[in-house]
Amino acid sequence: MAFVTRGFRGRRDPDDDGGRIPPGQYRTEDFPVLSAGPTPHTPVEEWSFTIVSESGEEAARWSWDDFQALPSETVTVDIHCVTKWSKLDTTWEGVSVDTLLAEVEADAAYITAFSDGGYTTNLPLEDVTDGKAWVAYGYDGEPLDPEHGGPARLLVPHLYFWKSAKWVRGLRLMDDDEPGFWESLGYHLYGDPWREQRYWGD
Amino acid sequence: MERAAVLGRLTWLLAEVVEILPETPRVKSLVFSVPGWPGHRPGQHVDVRLTAEDGYQAQRSYSVAAPADGERVVLTVERLEDGEVSPFLVDELAVGDRIELRGPIGGYFVWDGADGGPLHLVAGGSGVVPLAAMLRHRAGLEQAGPAALLYSARAEGDLIYREELDRLADEDDALAVAYTLTREQPPDWTGYDRRIDGEMLSEVFGSPDPAATTFVCGPTRFVEVAADGLVGLGYEASRVRTERFGPSGR
Repeated sequence: MAFVTRGFRGRRDPDDDGGRIPPGQYRTEDFPVLSAGPTPHTPVEEWSFTIVSESGEEAARWSWDDFQALPSETVTVDIHCVTKWSKLDTTWEGVSVDTLLAEVEADAAYITAFSDGGYTTNLPLEDVTDGKAWVAYGYDGEPLDPEHGGPARLLVPHLYFWKSAKWVRGLRLMDDDEPGFWESLGYHLYGDPWREQRYWGD
Repeated sequence: MERAAVLGRLTWLLAEVVEILPETPRVKSLVFSVPGWPGHRPGQHVDVRLTAEDGYQAQRSYSVAAPADGERVVLTVERLEDGEVSPFLVDELAVGDRIELRGPIGGYFVWDGADGGPLHLVAGGSGVVPLAAMLRHRAGLEQAGPAALLYSARAEGDLIYREELDRLADEDDALAVAYTLTREQPPDWTGYDRRIDGEMLSEVFGSPDPAATTFVCGPTRFVEVAADGLVGLGYEASRVRTERFGPSGR
């Protein structure tokens, strides 16, 4: 039972668009930035994207130019950050993770996304397949800014946004669910905003 | 990387305001008594939840301003003019009122002095709050490595904890505190008077020390410039920890 705080009325979102804001979130028009360290600035000539098999071998690899040549999709989605902001109708351009995984034999149960700067995050494979996840390199019709994860970031909009790893450089196929960076530091292993899975035990 | 920061479920706890300390015209420190509080590490934050009479709720995150001290939790909150929660906390909350909070949260932007290495802190505006928790913790350590804080604000009146920071630096030869005021400086100002840059970082923190840990907290643009500046000076990116707030500006 929640405790009523004397005098608090709050500011209802008059434009919640029919329940698109998950519990405990508020809508923002800005695009806040959150990262644990300095922003890496990897030149695209040095960038590649790798899929690593369960046994640790390189299963597929694309240079920036190869990656740009893959079929891209433009998607408009709502995003939800565990720090409480949600942003509706964000438009991204990138490659579906399905397209990438089609190049390899992916019968793993989980993946770990890994990034420049050492960031990692873990996801069930089924949460990045069937049109649920992208590796995005464009935002709002422009190349993705480094502070927002450029040259490319993972985009998994149905989970809290820390799962959408910035500066992503590859996916490691995993038999087991291994906690990533924030997941090792108190944040939820799965992170469903609609079930408010922010922290361990939520 | 540190593992294991928060164990078990973080439950909502009732927090009663026991003291309110005005810090600047827009900033107050709210001292809460929180029965059942599990303690926290310097740099961690909490989630605050406010519930209206009709059940409407709002949640926000705030850094804890002081090291663990039993059931006492201090939050320093800046009033954001268009905010939903901070104007209520700063202008309306009174001693005796109760809110809900849970935590502690965050196991990366923390410093407890265990490694003994130098501590470098870079604060923009109210980004000084979690860094002050680290300095207050450090002041209570029997042995502490050297520390330096570079604190950027718009004007002298916007500096939070000014007297305390000056006093800590006066009492401790191993602690240096430098300020920069970016918009407005008093006539007798001897600190910096410009936005943070590589030269300023180099003057305050010296040449890169591989044993140093650096914490940068402030608005996004500030943190980008400070963190990029440190990396440009030769600081190892993995030794620079950041926490950002506010919009990106695009």
